[in-house]
Amino acid sequence: MSELIRLTAAEIATKISAGDVSAVEVAEAHLARISEVDDSVHAFLHIDTEGALRAAAKVDADRRAGLPLGPLAGVPLAMKDVVVTKGLPTTAGSKILEGWRPPYDATITRRIKDAGIVMLGKTNMDEFAMGSSTENSAYGPTCNPWDLTRIPGGSSGGSSAAVAAFEAPLSIGTDTGGSIRQPAAVTGIVGHKPTYGAVSRYGLIAFSSSLDQAGPFGRTVLDTALLHEVMAGHDPADSTSIPGPVAPVVAAAREGAQGRLDGVRVGVVRELGLSDPSGYQTGVLSSFNAAVETLRGLGADVVEVSCPHFQYALAAYYLIAPSECSSNLARFDSVRYGLRVGDDGVNSLEDVMSLTREAGFGAEVKRRIIIGTYALSSGYYDAYYGQAQKVRTLIARDFAAAFEQADVLVSPTSPFVAFGIGERMGDPMAMYVNDLCTLPASLAGTPAISVPCGLSEGLPVGMQIMAPALADDRCYRVAAAFEAAVEPVLASIPELSR
Amino acid sequence: MTSALRGGGVPNLGAADFGPSVDLPVVPDAIETTSPGGRISRADVAHLARLARLAVTEDELDTFAGQLDVILGAVARVGEVAAADIPPTSHAVLMTNVFRPDRVYPSLPREAVLAGAPDVEDDKFRVPRILDEEA
Amino acid sequence: MTVAYEDVLTRYEPVIGLETHVELGTASKMFCGCSTVFGADPNTHTCPVCLGLPGALPVANEQAIESTIRIGLALNCSIAEWCRFARKNYFYPDMPKNFQTSQYDEPLCVEGYLDVQVDGQTVRVGIERVHLEEDTGKNTHVGTSGRIHGADHSLVDYNRAGIPLVEIVTKPVAGTGALAPAVAKAYVTELREILRTLGVSDVRMEQGSLRCDVNTSLNRIGAGEFGTRTETKNVNSLRSVERAVRSEMIRQGVLLDAGERIVQETRHFSEVTGDTRPGRSKEEATDYRYFPEPDLVPIAPDQAWVERLRVGLPELPAARRIRLQAALGVSEDEMQHLANAGVVDLVGATVDAGAPIGEARNWWLGYLLQKANTGELDPADLGVSPAQVARLIALVADGSLSVALARQVVDGVLETGADVDAVIAERGLAVVSDTAALQKAADDAIAANPDVADKVRGGKAAAVGALVGAVMKATRGQADAAAVRAILLERLGVSE
Repeated sequence: MSELIRLTAAEIATKISAGDVSAVEVAEAHLARISEVDDSVHAFLHIDTEGALRAAAKVDADRRAGLPLGPLAGVPLAMKDVVVTKGLPTTAGSKILEGWRPPYDATITRRIKDAGIVMLGKTNMDEFAMGSSTENSAYGPTCNPWDLTRIPGGSSGGSSAAVAAFEAPLSIGTDTGGSIRQPAAVTGIVGHKPTYGAVSRYGLIAFSSSLDQAGPFGRTVLDTALLHEVMAGHDPADSTSIPGPVAPVVAAAREGAQGRLDGVRVGVVRELGLSDPSGYQTGVLSSFNAAVETLRGLGADVVEVSCPHFQYALAAYYLIAPSECSSNLARFDSVRYGLRVGDDGVNSLEDVMSLTREAGFGAEVKRRIIIGTYALSSGYYDAYYGQAQKVRTLIARDFAAAFEQADVLVSPTSPFVAFGIGERMGDPMAMYVNDLCTLPASLAGTPAISVPCGLSEGLPVGMQIMAPALADDRCYRVAAAFEAAVEPVLASIPELSR
Repeated sequence: MTSALRGGGVPNLGAADFGPSVDLPVVPDAIETTSPGGRISRADVAHLARLARLAVTEDELDTFAGQLDVILGAVARVGEVAAADIPPTSHAVLMTNVFRPDRVYPSLPREAVLAGAPDVEDDKFRVPRILDEEA
Repeated sequence: MTVAYEDVLTRYEPVIGLETHVELGTASKMFCGCSTVFGADPNTHTCPVCLGLPGALPVANEQAIESTIRIGLALNCSIAEWCRFARKNYFYPDMPKNFQTSQYDEPLCVEGYLDVQVDGQTVRVGIERVHLEEDTGKNTHVGTSGRIHGADHSLVDYNRAGIPLVEIVTKPVAGTGALAPAVAKAYVTELREILRTLGVSDVRMEQGSLRCDVNTSLNRIGAGEFGTRTETKNVNSLRSVERAVRSEMIRQGVLLDAGERIVQETRHFSEVTGDTRPGRSKEEATDYRYFPEPDLVPIAPDQAWVERLRVGLPELPAARRIRLQAALGVSEDEMQHLANAGVVDLVGATVDAGAPIGEARNWWLGYLLQKANTGELDPADLGVSPAQVARLIALVADGSLSVALARQVVDGVLETGADVDAVIAERGLAVVSDTAALQKAADDAIAANPDVADKVRGGKAAAVGALVGAVMKATRGQADAAAVRAILLERLGVSE
C-alpha cells in the first residue's frame, strides 16, 4: 500500500488504466497516509473521504465498462481551500467563511471531476491567499514536511506540503504574488503559475483579480504538466480567460526530459540576486548558481539580462493587490453567507457588518484592506494605484526586452529557504520580501515555474524559470531538462514522524 | 523564537533572531530601512477602517498605524518612476469585447441561495435596521 | 404660490440637470444569465454571479451594450472607441458585492444633445454621457411605516440585482427662466418616447423602469456665480418632474432671499405635498474609490458595427412628428398641442385606422385626455386603443351612436376592458331611431308639459329644450337629440 503513495501521478494513472491497481486502492492508500501524518503536517482543512472513494469507484467502474479514461483518471489530488467546491466546506483559510458550503463548483473543480481525478480534500492556506507562510490561516499553520518547525511557504502551503508529504501526488494552488512558486521551492516540489488568463478564475475566491491564477503542483515536472492540461483552457464564464489553445506543456515536458537544451538562450536576471546578493541566503545563491551551470552543461546559452524596473515590483504589487482585495473582500458583510457577529436586536446593520469583519478577518487581511482603501481613495489614486499600474507596464516592457535576448529567464524562486514558524510574523515587510523574485512575473502576467534545484543546509531551494506570455511550454521544457539532469531533491526528505 | 514587534523601520534581522543553523540575510535595500514616520496617523487608520467597515480595536489602531506607515513608505517608491506618458496595464494578454449573448439560463434554486444565509425571513435575507439611506 | 414663483424669477436664473436611469428590456441580466422577468418570487432569479458569491465572475451582456450604443446614437452622442467598466465601491445591503459595476471616467457614449419643444421654443438639452451599469437588489423595511426611518429590520430580495441600467446624464441647462419646469418635463417626455421607439425598455416610470433625478440650482441674476445645486430623487412621473423643479426653485428662492445658503444635498420629492424633503444628511461625502473593473475587459465597439446600428435606427419621434404633421395636415402649433398632451402617436394611429384627423384629434384632446388626467394616467395607458377610437368615430359618423352614447361606450370599455362592439351589445347602447317610438315619446312629453308646449306654440322655439330633455330621459339618452327636437317641433306644429 505504501508504495502507492511514492508513485508519480503519471505512474498511478498508467497502473489504473492497465488494471494493475484500482483507483479505490490508490485513494485508500493516500487517505491512510493522510491519517498517519496530517496531524503533524496539518496540510488539510477538510478531508472528503466519502467523496473521494465515490469518485475513485466511478473511475474503476468506467474502466471495467471499457469507457475511455482521461490521462489522470483515478489520481488523487488536494485542492486549495480558496477554490469553490460544491457542497464541501470552503473557507479560504478564514473564519469569516467557517462552515460555508458553496452551492456551485469552480470551473477548475468541474474539470478535475470530469477528468476522473479524485479530490481528497481541501488544503490549508494563508487567509484569502494573503501571505507567504500559511501562518495567516485562521485554522493554524501548516508545517513543512522537511522540518515540522518550519513554514511550508504560502499562501498555498497546505497544497504544497500535502504533495511533499506524499499525501497526494497532485495538488492545486493559486499564485498571486508567488503563492504557488514559493511554497514549491521551500518544500522541494514543482509548482507552476500559468500565464494570466490561461486557467479559469471562475470559482476562485478572489484576492487580487488582475493577478490571481490557479496552477498545478506535482513532485515531477511531467505530473505538473499533466495537471496543467486538465486545468487550463478557455472558460466563457471568465471574461479574462484567454481564448485559443492550451500551451502544449505535456509535450514540452516530455521533450525536455530527453535532456538537451542546445540553442536555448537562458537569461539570468541581474536584479534578482546578482547585482545585490545581500538580500539572499548564501546557500540559496550557490544552489541557484550551480543550477545555472547545469543548464549550461545541457547546451543552453547563458546570458545576463537586466530588468531595471524589477526593483519596483514589490512596491507596485503591495499597492495593486491590496487595492483590488479591499474591493473583492467587501462582499463579506454578514448578509448573504458566512459569519455574522453582533446581531443582538439593538445593533444596526452597519455595526453588525463592522463587528463581523473585525471578528472574521485576521490581521494581515485587515492591513491589506486598509492599505487598499487608502491607495484607492480620492486624492491618492493617481499617486498610488494609478502609478503602480504604470510601473506594471514598465515591468512588462523589461520582460519584453529581456525576452528578445533570451528564451527563458531564470532566478532563485525565493531569497530564503523555509524559515521557522513564527519568525517573521512580527513584521509585515519581513514577510513581504519572500516574494521579491516571484512578483515581476505576477505583475506582467507571464508564466513561471519553480523546480527544485538543490538543498541548502538541508532545506530545499527552488529555481524559477520564466517565459513570455502564452509560452508556458517553454517553462516546462527547460524545467524537465533540468530535472532529468539532477538528483531528485525530494529523495532526501526526512521521514515524517508522528 | 518570535521576532519582537518593532516600531517604525524595517529591522536588520540578524542570526540571533533565528535558529543558528540557517544563515539569514539582512532585508534587501529595495525597502527603505529608515522609518518614514507620520505618513499615516491613527486617525487616518480609523477613518479608513470606517470606510471599509472594519471595527478595529484601539490596540489594532496603534499597531496598524505603525506597520502601515512602514509599508506605505515602501510602496511610495512607485512614485520614483517617471511614468507620466506610460499607459497603465491591467491584463497580460490584451483582450477586448468579451460578451455573452442575451440568453436566459436557470437560476440557482432558492433553497441553495438561502442555505448559507445567517438569517432569513419570508424567503428574503433578513438584516438588522439600516442606518444609511439608499445612496 | 404662483406669485412666489414669478417673484423668484425676477431675481434668479434656474439651472437644471437631469439624471435618468433606464432599465433595459433584455431577457437576461447584465452580467449573468438570470431572467429579468418582473414580479418573480423573491430570490428565485439569482445565481452565484448576481448574488456576488465568493469566486463568481461577471460576463457582459452583448445586447445591453448594443442598446446603450443605440441610445447614445439616438441622442447624437459620440460612441467611445475604447472604454471600460469600473467599480463603484460602497457598502449597502442591496448590493451583493458592495461595489456596483458601472462606468466612471470612460462612459460608452458622450457629448450628445436632445432638442425639446416648449412653448413654441426649441431648447437644446446637452447630453453629458450615457453609460451602462447594474441595478441593485430591493430592500423592504419592516417596521411601522414601511420606510427606512424607524424600521426594526429589513429584508433583501436580489431578483433585481444585476438588471442592466443605462444612466443618461444631461449637461446643466440654463437660460430657460420660467420654463425650467416645463423643459425638464419635456426632456423626460421626449427621452421616454425615444427609448420606446428604440424598443430598448418599456420605460414605465410608475414601475421603475425609468427613474429620474432632477438637479436644480438658482443663480442670482447678474451675480455671475453659480448657485449650489440640490438633487431631487423619487420623481416617479412626468408631472412630478415638473412639480419637483418648480417647488425646488421656489424653496431655494425663498431661502436665498432670506440670506441663507443652499445646502448641497439629496432631497426626496413627495407626491402628496408636491414639494421636496431633505434626505438624511451624510457626515462626509462618499468616496467611491473608483478603479477599472479587473474582472472585465475593455469594450472597443467595432466601428462598422456602430455604423450599422446608426443606419438601422428607427424613425425617431422628432422626425416622426414632422412626417405626421404633414400626413395629418395640421399646423406646427397644432402638432405641439398634440405632443404636449402626449397623443401624437395615438392620433396618428387612429387616423391610420380610418378616422378623419379632426375627429381623432377631438377625441384624444377631449374626452379621452380628460379621462386620462382624472385617472392620472398617460393617454397611451388609458385602456382604449386607437383602433377602438376609430371604430367609435365611424359609429357616430353613420348615426349608430350619438356623441353622448359614444362617451358611455368609452366608459364601458374602461370599466370592463371589453372592446367597443362588445360593450355596445352588452349594454344595448344604440341610437333610438325608430320614428314611431320617438313620436310617441314626443307626444307623451307634450302631454305631460302643457305649459312648455304652449310657450313653444306661442313662438318661443327655444323652450322646446325642456321637452327634448324629457324625451331624452324617457329614452335613457339613446335618442338623437337633434332628431327629437325636430319631431317635437313638428308635433307642435311649429317650424324653425
